[in-house]
Amino acid sequence: MNNLSLLLVNFRRKRVRKILTVCSFAVALFLFGILAIIHDAFYQSIEVAGADRLIVQNKISLIMPLPYSYREKLKQIQGIDLVSFGSWFGGVYQTERNFFMQFAVDTETWSGMFPEFIIPPEQWKAFTEDRQGCIVGQGLAERFNWKLGDRIPLKGTVFQGVWDFNVRGIYHGKRPSDDTTQFWFQYKYLDEQSDLMRGYVGWYYIHINDPDRAVEISREIDSQFANSPFETVTATEKAWTAAFIKQFGNIKLLLLSVGGVVFFTLLLITGSNMAMSIRERTGEIGIMKTLGFSGKRILFMVLAESLIIAVTGGGIGLIMAKLFAMRGDPTGGFLPSFFLSSRNIVLGLTIAILIGLGAGIIPAVQSMRLKIVDALRRV
Amino acid sequence: MVQVNGDAKSDALIQVRNLHKTYTRGNESIEVLKNLNLDINRGEFIAFMGPSGSGKTTLLNLIGGLDLPTSGSIIVDNDEITKISAKKLTDWRARHVGFIFQLYNLIPVLTAFQNVELPLLLTRLSRSQRREHVETALSIVGLEDRMHHFPRQLSGGQEQRTAIARALVSDPTFLLCDEPTGDLDRTSANEILGLLNRLVEEFDKTILMVTHDPVAACNAHTTLHLEKGILMESSKTECK
Repeated sequence: MNNLSLLLVNFRRKRVRKILTVCSFAVALFLFGILAIIHDAFYQSIEVAGADRLIVQNKISLIMPLPYSYREKLKQIQGIDLVSFGSWFGGVYQTERNFFMQFAVDTETWSGMFPEFIIPPEQWKAFTEDRQGCIVGQGLAERFNWKLGDRIPLKGTVFQGVWDFNVRGIYHGKRPSDDTTQFWFQYKYLDEQSDLMRGYVGWYYIHINDPDRAVEISREIDSQFANSPFETVTATEKAWTAAFIKQFGNIKLLLLSVGGVVFFTLLLITGSNMAMSIRERTGEIGIMKTLGFSGKRILFMVLAESLIIAVTGGGIGLIMAKLFAMRGDPTGGFLPSFFLSSRNIVLGLTIAILIGLGAGIIPAVQSMRLKIVDALRRV
Repeated sequence: MVQVNGDAKSDALIQVRNLHKTYTRGNESIEVLKNLNLDINRGEFIAFMGPSGSGKTTLLNLIGGLDLPTSGSIIVDNDEITKISAKKLTDWRARHVGFIFQLYNLIPVLTAFQNVELPLLLTRLSRSQRREHVETALSIVGLEDRMHHFPRQLSGGQEQRTAIARALVSDPTFLLCDEPTGDLDRTSANEILGLLNRLVEEFDKTILMVTHDPVAACNAHTTLHLEKGILMESSKTECK
C-alpha cells in the first residue's frame, strides 16, 4: 500500500454516492464542453478572421448587391492589393434540412484571398477549367460522403431551377477552427445562367497591405461610393463577423449564465457530499492522527480525494463532449466550426480542479483542525 | 515499581508531575485531573481503574500526547512531551506510542495487512521492509492467515488482535490500551489479555491499560485507582 492506494481505497465506501458525485461532474463538464463548443462556433470566426481583410457590402443590407464594376474602382485605391468577391446562392441539396453555405466566387482571386484554405493545385486547376465545377470543404464532403467527380444537384431558391455541379476539389483548413463546410462554385456560371444577378456581386473582399490603415481605407472606399445608387459600408472582417454574430443576441452572456449556474450548483452538491463523507469518517481521521498522520497530511488527503472525484468526473465529461463534437455539427450546418479545442479541455479540467478544491477545502480544514480526543469521542 | 507520588530525581520511563486537566463547558469548569504525580518504569503493565468520569481516559490521552494538560508536565524517555510543538508531538507519537481502543478502530476499507501497515506509511521503510514488519506483527498476534481479510470478515477478538498488531508494528516505547477487552466476550478477552502479557514478558513492552474489568486488571502488575481525578496509592494486583 502507498499513499495513492490509501486514497483510492476510499472509493470503496459509499460507492453509489461517489459514483453519483462523479456523474455530477461528468454531466457538468459535458455541458461545459458543449457550451464551449457553441461559444467557439460563434466567436472563433472572429478570432480567425484576417486582420488584413475588409468586407465591402451594400449600405442598405447584406442581401442587396453591389455592381461588378466596383471591382476595377476598388483596385485603384491605394493600399489595396487584392479584390475578390462572392455571392450568396442559397440552393437546397435534397432537402432543406441539409443546409450549408454556397458561394459563387471569383476563381481568379479567391484562393489568394483565403490562403488559410488549402486546396491541391491540380484540384484548383480542374475547378477553374470546369464551368460547373465546385470546391467543397472537407467537413461538408464527409457529411454527405462526397468524392471528387461526384455530381451535385442543387435546387435554386433565389436563382430558380436545378443547378448541377461537379466536385473538382476538396479543401481543408490550416487550423482546426477553420470552417470546412462551405461550397464554392464559379461566379461566371451564375452570371451566365441567371439574369437575376448579372453584372452584380453580393459583396467584395479586400486585401490590404497594411492592417494599420484598415480604418482609413474603409472610409476612403465608402466615401468613393457615397451618394451613388449603391452606397457601401466597409469594415474589417473581424468587425463584420462580430456585428453579424451580435444579431443573434448576447450569446456570451447566455452561455456564461448557464455555465455559472451549473458550476455553482455542482460546487454545492460536491461540497455537501464531501462534508458528509468526511463527517462519517471523523473517527477514522482521529485514528489516523493518533497513529501519527499530521493535520497537514490529512488536509492533503481530503483535498486529494475531492480532486480525484473532480478530475475523474470532469475527465469523463470532457471526453464525452469531445466524442460528441467528433460526430460533427448536430445543427445541420448552423455551427460549421463544431469542435472542442485543447484550450477548452484544459480550461474545463482547471474548472473541475478548482471546484474539487473549493468543495474539499472546508471539510479538509475541519479535518486538519479536528482534535483527536474530540474525534475519538465520536467513534 | 510504580510510584504514585513521583520522585523529582526519578529515572522512570514515564514521569508525570503536578498534572492538572480542566475542561470548560460553557461557563462551567470541570477539573478532571488534580495534581497527579506518577512514575512508571519500563516493562511494567499498569491497569487504571475507577468509576466513569474519574479521569482514566483523560490521563491516558495526556500520556499518549493526544491532548495537552492544563498544567504540569509529562516526561517520557527524557522527552518532555508537554512542551513540544504539535508537529513534533505528532512525530513523537508515531515513534513512541501504540494505541489500542475498545472498539478496535480499524479502517473498514483496508485489509488487516493494510491496517497494520498504516503507521509504517509515515516511515522511510521500503515496501519489502514494511511487508516484513507487518508480517512479523501479525504473526505475533497469530493472524498471519487472516492478513488479507477485511475487518468485517474478522471476529471481534481478531479485530482487536489486528489493532494490537497495528500498535506494535512500529515497535513503540509503550502501549496505551483503553478498555481493550470492553467489547469482547470472556474467551476473546482472555486471549487479548494473554497476548498483552506476552508482549510484556517476551518483548519487554510497557503497557498502560484503562479497564472497568477486574479480571482484566488482574493481568496487570499493578492496578491504580482514580477517584474524581485523584490517583490513589498503587497496589500490587492480586487475583484469585
